[in-house]
Amino acid sequence: MATEFHNLQELRHTASLATKVFIQRDYSQGTICRFQTKFPSELDSRIERNLFEDTIKTLNTYYVEAEKIGGQSYMEGCLACATAYTIFLCMETRYEKVLKKISAYIQEQNEKVYAPRGLLLTDPIERGMRVIEVSVFEDRGSSGSSLSSSGSSGGSAQR
Amino acid sequence: MHLGLTEPVRECQYNQICTRNSSPMENVGHTKKRSPQRKWQIFPGRNRFYCNGRLMMARQTGVFYLTLVLIIVTSGLFFTFDCPFLASNLTPAIPVVGGMLLIFVLGMLFRAGFTDPGVLPRATPDEAAFLERQMDATNGSSGPGYRPPPRIKEVVINGQTVKLKYCFTCKIFRPPRTSHCSLCDNCVERFDHHCPWVGNCVGKRNYRFFYLFILSLSFLTVFIFAFVITHVILRSNRTGFLSALKDSPARYPFTKGNCQMLSHITPRSQAGSKHSEVPISVDACVCALVSVWFVAMRACGFYRRWSAFLDGVGLTVLEVVVCFFSVWSIVGLSGFHTYLISSNQTTNEDIKGSWSTKRAKDNYNPYSHGNVLTNCCAALCGPLPPSLIDRRGLIQPDTPQPAPLSNGSSGYTTQLHTHMCDQEQCIQSTKFVLQAATTPLLHSGPVVIGRGGPPLSGKSSLGVTCSSLAPNQPSLPSSMPGLSCAGDMLALRDPETHCHHHHFVSPEETPSPPGPMPLTLPCTAHAGHLNPAQLYDPASQDSLHEDSVRGLVKLSSV
Repeated sequence: MATEFHNLQELRHTASLATKVFIQRDYSQGTICRFQTKFPSELDSRIERNLFEDTIKTLNTYYVEAEKIGGQSYMEGCLACATAYTIFLCMETRYEKVLKKISAYIQEQNEKVYAPRGLLLTDPIERGMRVIEVSVFEDRGSSGSSLSSSGSSGGSAQR
Repeated sequence: MHLGLTEPVRECQYNQICTRNSSPMENVGHTKKRSPQRKWQIFPGRNRFYCNGRLMMARQTGVFYLTLVLIIVTSGLFFTFDCPFLASNLTPAIPVVGGMLLIFVLGMLFRAGFTDPGVLPRATPDEAAFLERQMDATNGSSGPGYRPPPRIKEVVINGQTVKLKYCFTCKIFRPPRTSHCSLCDNCVERFDHHCPWVGNCVGKRNYRFFYLFILSLSFLTVFIFAFVITHVILRSNRTGFLSALKDSPARYPFTKGNCQMLSHITPRSQAGSKHSEVPISVDACVCALVSVWFVAMRACGFYRRWSAFLDGVGLTVLEVVVCFFSVWSIVGLSGFHTYLISSNQTTNEDIKGSWSTKRAKDNYNPYSHGNVLTNCCAALCGPLPPSLIDRRGLIQPDTPQPAPLSNGSSGYTTQLHTHMCDQEQCIQSTKFVLQAATTPLLHSGPVVIGRGGPPLSGKSSLGVTCSSLAPNQPSLPSSMPGLSCAGDMLALRDPETHCHHHHFVSPEETPSPPGPMPLTLPCTAHAGHLNPAQLYDPASQDSLHEDSVRGLVKLSSV
């Protein structure tokens, strides 16, 4: 794998987008937010399976935490109801706090794990929580070799 | 020779970037100079937005204003005419409690009416294309004009098989319990129903507000009516009934909810003379409502018939009829929704009988938590999910957003500001390329697509294609600078693709070809195998043409 992408900025400015892979939602446990951990075949050559699955599993854990119905959520709900929901003008809901944690986690994963492999995860909230969009970039190292080979063969054909 | 050829190619491509400003699409380019638009302004659904995208309602809001007027007028009359007496003679807590109830009711009404009910944003072009490909793969591809039968995905949720339908408007597979509201033209999560009284759909995010609204409205109407009756009774005990009626204006326009209370009073009137004043006062109190009916009936030309009717027993009957409707409408609705919440069903599911045992013996609701208390707590006190449609987000000029499709954007590209085509440019360019591709040319579609464009790293393939096409628009295919620069010889094809790829990077960088775009892959692969002699071969031209059309059809489908 090319290690020329040292950070996300460089990735965005220097690479060209090859394809996008969409990780769909897993509804087997109801309507809670959960993504399929099945490893997509398009990423087979780009990233190790366990790394990818770890990311998805961690994201799923975060979403479970956000949607957990328990003591804290009840207290928040009752307090909000008692104040006619005006309290949310001052403080943010637990869900929003967890979403911020998720954004930070995705950013961190992109920088450490995905950008060096020419991949980029998009936060699901920007896609309506329907999919995790994985953008696959063609890194210059590998594609350069493929193009030069086609170029040389083309050139030789021309002659 | 290689170097000599790249120079004119690069120059042409650079010109393409420049000439974009002098193209006929210049007026579109000027739109970038306007203040940045917010996403709610291009929201594809039929909704109205207020306060710069902060509030969201359905298109028809007339009934909402009627609800508001009814509640405010009735409460206003209560506070004006009854509260002074009650506060001084009973307790000042009455107007306080009444006021709090009214504020709560209005708060819940506004919250239910103005909140995003849980609208799902429409699929981005890439996502829609991905799903289409998946569906084609499973079902076999069909011709471009043929609309495939509705796709269904089956999911097993907690042991129960649920069918997820494909929404052709939003281009997504609807999550469970999601339904497409035809009035608002949106897919809404946990869709309950579209309520004209609150002027919005009732869905996942505002169901609790809607429920609290109808519950608190029931309490408010009971409260108001009870204390109106108390007021009349107290006055009549002190001063005699007739003067009580004279003092307190009997012109109370009742809401439907107030009228429901009349139905409770009426049976008691038969109990004895002690209560005989009550139905008379009730009749007097309801004359305001009757006067409304009078106006309506007069307008309909039924005045003569109705006046005779009302003089007789019509009043009591009318009152019973109106009150029965009111009981059913407010308290009945509250009761119905209490049942739905306790069994964790939506109105939609209940009406369709989705989880009814009549449908299948082992049918059960897979979403229910098991007991009534947990279901209620989950519905009312559970976490409040955030809005999925970013209404107040700014539209980034570099994101491709075809008008009928989603208002989503590539999140990771929002930080980039590049020269990017607008929606109209994309559509126009696509049309133009399709025209170009259908004409039998030496340089067919994919080569055009292969033209470089402004630095567009990290863009979707559609966007890159569009911007690369845009400069070619004003000129005829045969006279396209890019094409002519590419030369009439295939020898140029490869250096030109090199330059094309280079232009994905940046004009300043040295040409080193990054990966080809998927659309150009058939072309470049093809190109590598052709020689100038073959270029003029009709067979290879046809295959080139076929490739280009295929590529372009893919482009247009995205």
